[in-house]
Amino acid sequence: MDFGNLFGSPENFLSYTMGGLVFGAIYALIALGYTMVYGVLQLINFAHSEVFMYGTFAVAWVFILLHGTGSATWDLGEAVPVLLVALLAACALSAGVALLIERVAYRPLLNKNAPKLIALISAIGASFALAEAMGLRDRFAEVFRLDDNLADYVAPGKARDVFTNPVTIREHDLFTIGGYSLSDIDLVIIVSALLMMVALDQFVRRTRFGRGIRAVAQDPESAALMGVNPTRVVQVTFVIGGLMAGVAATLYMMKVGVTRQNAGFILGVKAFTAAVMGGIGNLRGALLGGLILGVMENWGSAVFGQSWKDVVAFVLLVLILLVRPSGLLGEALGKARA
Amino acid sequence: MNPISNALRPVGQAWDSVMARYSRQPVVVKVLILFVIALFFYALPLLRPPLITTNEIDFGGVMFQVAAFALVALGLNIVIGYAGLLDLGYVGFYATGAYTTGVLTSQHGSWPFFLALPVAIAVTMVTGVILGAPTLRVRGDYLAIVTLGFGEIIRICVKNIEWLGASAGIKDIPHPNTIGPKATPPFDPGGLFEIPRVEWDGLIPHLDKDHPVYFLVFGATNAIPYYWLILTALLLVLLGDRLVKNSRVGRAWEATREDEDAAELMGVPTFKFKLMAFALGAAIGGLSGSFYASGQGGYISPDSFPLLLSMLFVAAVIVGGSGNRWGAIAGGALVAYLPERFREFADYRLLFFGVALTVLAVWRPEGLLPPRRTRRAKAAAAEIEALEEGELDEELEETRNV
Amino acid sequence: MRLNKVFGASVATLALSLSMVACGSDDGDGGSDADGGDLCGKNLAFLGALTGDAGALGQNMVNGIDLALKEYNADNPDCKINLKKFDSQGSPEKAPALATQIINDDTIVGLVGPGFSGESLATGKTFFEAGLPSISPSATNVTITQQGWTTWHRVIGNDDAQGKADAKYLTETAGASKVFVVDDGQDYSKGLAGTVKDALGDALVDSDQISVGDTNMSAIVQAVKSSGADAVFYGGYYTEAGLLAKQLRQGGFKGTFMSGDGSEDPNFVKVAGAEGANDAVLSAPAAPAPADFGATGLYATQAYDATNIFLAAIKDGAKDGQEINEFIGSYTGDGVSGPIAFDENGDIKESKIFAYFVKDGALDVENPEAIE
Repeated sequence: MDFGNLFGSPENFLSYTMGGLVFGAIYALIALGYTMVYGVLQLINFAHSEVFMYGTFAVAWVFILLHGTGSATWDLGEAVPVLLVALLAACALSAGVALLIERVAYRPLLNKNAPKLIALISAIGASFALAEAMGLRDRFAEVFRLDDNLADYVAPGKARDVFTNPVTIREHDLFTIGGYSLSDIDLVIIVSALLMMVALDQFVRRTRFGRGIRAVAQDPESAALMGVNPTRVVQVTFVIGGLMAGVAATLYMMKVGVTRQNAGFILGVKAFTAAVMGGIGNLRGALLGGLILGVMENWGSAVFGQSWKDVVAFVLLVLILLVRPSGLLGEALGKARA
Repeated sequence: MNPISNALRPVGQAWDSVMARYSRQPVVVKVLILFVIALFFYALPLLRPPLITTNEIDFGGVMFQVAAFALVALGLNIVIGYAGLLDLGYVGFYATGAYTTGVLTSQHGSWPFFLALPVAIAVTMVTGVILGAPTLRVRGDYLAIVTLGFGEIIRICVKNIEWLGASAGIKDIPHPNTIGPKATPPFDPGGLFEIPRVEWDGLIPHLDKDHPVYFLVFGATNAIPYYWLILTALLLVLLGDRLVKNSRVGRAWEATREDEDAAELMGVPTFKFKLMAFALGAAIGGLSGSFYASGQGGYISPDSFPLLLSMLFVAAVIVGGSGNRWGAIAGGALVAYLPERFREFADYRLLFFGVALTVLAVWRPEGLLPPRRTRRAKAAAAEIEALEEGELDEELEETRNV
Repeated sequence: MRLNKVFGASVATLALSLSMVACGSDDGDGGSDADGGDLCGKNLAFLGALTGDAGALGQNMVNGIDLALKEYNADNPDCKINLKKFDSQGSPEKAPALATQIINDDTIVGLVGPGFSGESLATGKTFFEAGLPSISPSATNVTITQQGWTTWHRVIGNDDAQGKADAKYLTETAGASKVFVVDDGQDYSKGLAGTVKDALGDALVDSDQISVGDTNMSAIVQAVKSSGADAVFYGGYYTEAGLLAKQLRQGGFKGTFMSGDGSEDPNFVKVAGAEGANDAVLSAPAAPAPADFGATGLYATQAYDATNIFLAAIKDGAKDGQEINEFIGSYTGDGVSGPIAFDENGDIKESKIFAYFVKDGALDVENPEAIE
């Protein structure tokens, strides 16, 4: 237990905290997907982690498509055009996967009013199936005789191995406070997460779709009676979650640069934990939860050692739920003011 | 209706008629039938029937894993099926039982296995109570994530604490005591007598005396004695499960599961019974973990208890039929057996699994062998629907005739 | 009558003796051929991860075994040996049932494997009690050879040897005086890192542990920077090693980055990026494979050498497990991965550790430096 490590110098403190905020921002964006689906359907979308994972692959694929497989290191400025294309691709793929999950794993059960537990099992199955499908993409390509053409994308024989973005984006320090330097990538990540949250908040409050979402979250039957199409609303909710995950995937690949078929899993669990901590169904709660989780993880690493990092996350969750069962910000989606 | 329900309906009807005939028999006949069935399962790894046996991996070893899984599913069925509590961290109890056994018999002591077993069960039960006390107050969905967290916490703690072996795990866990003369490798296999196994040539069986089971040697070369041990435990737990379910406790669980608020209003101390379900489920998980630890390999490590295993446990119970002890056993057996039977498709194992879970959840949400109450409820709902449609038709007829 | 009796008795005796001869000759075809006539047509077994997340490593080993068998079978067409593969998916729970299957298969005379330390610990007793000799190409946990399993051997230096050499390299060749050691908590990684820590003595400035699958190394990077370390040693595999190296360099770390054989793979450079991987030192207890060696990947050369030892035993006329085991125990020779001889515990006697360098954005597999 080494508190000196964390609080000893401003440089250390800032470094741990800012590093935590960066990953926390990514957790927050993923958490938004969980919290929206829960707010509207009271269901944990276990497969959302795969929605994120497919986005990360889309980013890597775009870079391979536009740049080729040779290793390269670019500055953030030069990478922007390709990054924008990657962002579009990631959002598209993530949203597509989210819609697929909604159609196959959830809608039939919602129509039957099946118990929540079954929907959860259905989602768990979808999660496994999607992750494995990515890990077996080389076999699928073989079936269609495309494995040679798409070798760079499906990695024959090594589909379960780590998949890297051949382009590494170099971080540049922008400015220095107290010995700690904030890098350009870190700034972009944090700002993007804030922007997306603001955009989503506005969407839910001001647009027609947003009202529909809040109505269904509050009372699906009354909403239907008032002319809201619940199926459409559910679809939009999933798509929004997918878009957020796509953004998160792009930022994640920008920073980390590697992915694999089970990359979504642990991030998904953490993001869901963050959503619950902040108050599930609450958009700002997702952001707050994500950021707090990221920072606490890093602080926990600093004090207890990185091997206990995951334990910190879960202990934090249990403590918060015991003291404040509805999460930090509590409010649900349906109760947001107009 | 969907293909799965259509296919399973005649099975359900056949099962119902078989059970009806069975319950009409005198007690002596019933006991005899049960005895024969039990004997069949004991003899199964020796009989090695052609389509069921696994050719690429030892069938006895597979049966041991199947029985261990079935036992775990039974325990989890109490938590999820009877009491309605979603537990996504059940592997934590499995690990607690295994590690307690490992620590007492190998790492920090040299207790004999059967002395360590009750202690392992007790420790796991206490863990269940400690886990349950703060968390059973939170809502169902949250309970799922909190239990998931606890499962992971236990695994990470075990991985990081040197006293528990850390990542190297605990090895050299002694096996249960051999009954009869001990084995002295490599030439003296020990045991009181040999039991040959059956080899099949197509559909023709013949005795294979070269690879017998030595009764009753718990060594490192044959899993069948361990299978017998865990099967015996399974039967005992089945009996206990039946007794508990038909008691006041079981009825309290049912009330809590269906409508917790109503149950509280009627005077059922729901929290106390929920905790009891958790503790009992934990105890069974610990029992199975304990057997796993002193199994053929005699080695446990943190990698043996990943989060994935919790998911598989839950899947086993739900797919088999949550709330029905036979469903849980069937689900557990399937989940453990299918990947080994179809080893050629090993790479597709989890993919098939995920797809099967989703398809089953959508088309047969009540599981393969749902409990009687669910079947009755479904039948009643179907009847009402048919009647409503029928009435509508009748009204149309009447208006037309007027 | 008497003639019948005598006739009957002699027929019975003849039948009895014929059956005894028939039974007796089950154990071998009367082979006193110097060219290994007894065990022809038998099988070697491989037990390890062929599918699942660690499947690539098992595939490498199988490639090495297949190469050795191909060469042998081409040279000895009347005495072919085949391979039976058993996929444990790298997990110690599945391994014991597979081990039982292997020992019950009378056509299997030796095991190349098990691949990982966990599986080795879970199955060592089974193979020992059955008397089946095994040579592992990759299980490096030190405690395996302390169990008294005289049938268990390995052609790879255990974590002790590699760790000591790595520490020596860091303090002497790289001139580091403050080393930060990180591992990923797994058995192999902790063993290797632990030996490095012990051997470093005062040169160790601090240590920490991450988990497999971690992508956020910022806390470690900060800890390294604030400790003032001039070298970092990572015990583990190439994915986390690459991420750590990349984030260290991005964080401004200028010292030496070193890791062990789990990272000695071209994927390390891919994950870390050219800038992150440059000047990294990756050690491995194996000499570079010869230029025309047909099987690539970590542990392929070790598997190749292990197979060849079995094949040499068979060629030498060994008739059963015990004789093969004795042959292995007394074997000395030069394998593709280095000189091979076993001590009384089954460990390889001499293990030369080589340091491989990443230069110009590529892992140089041809010119390592031997660490003396």
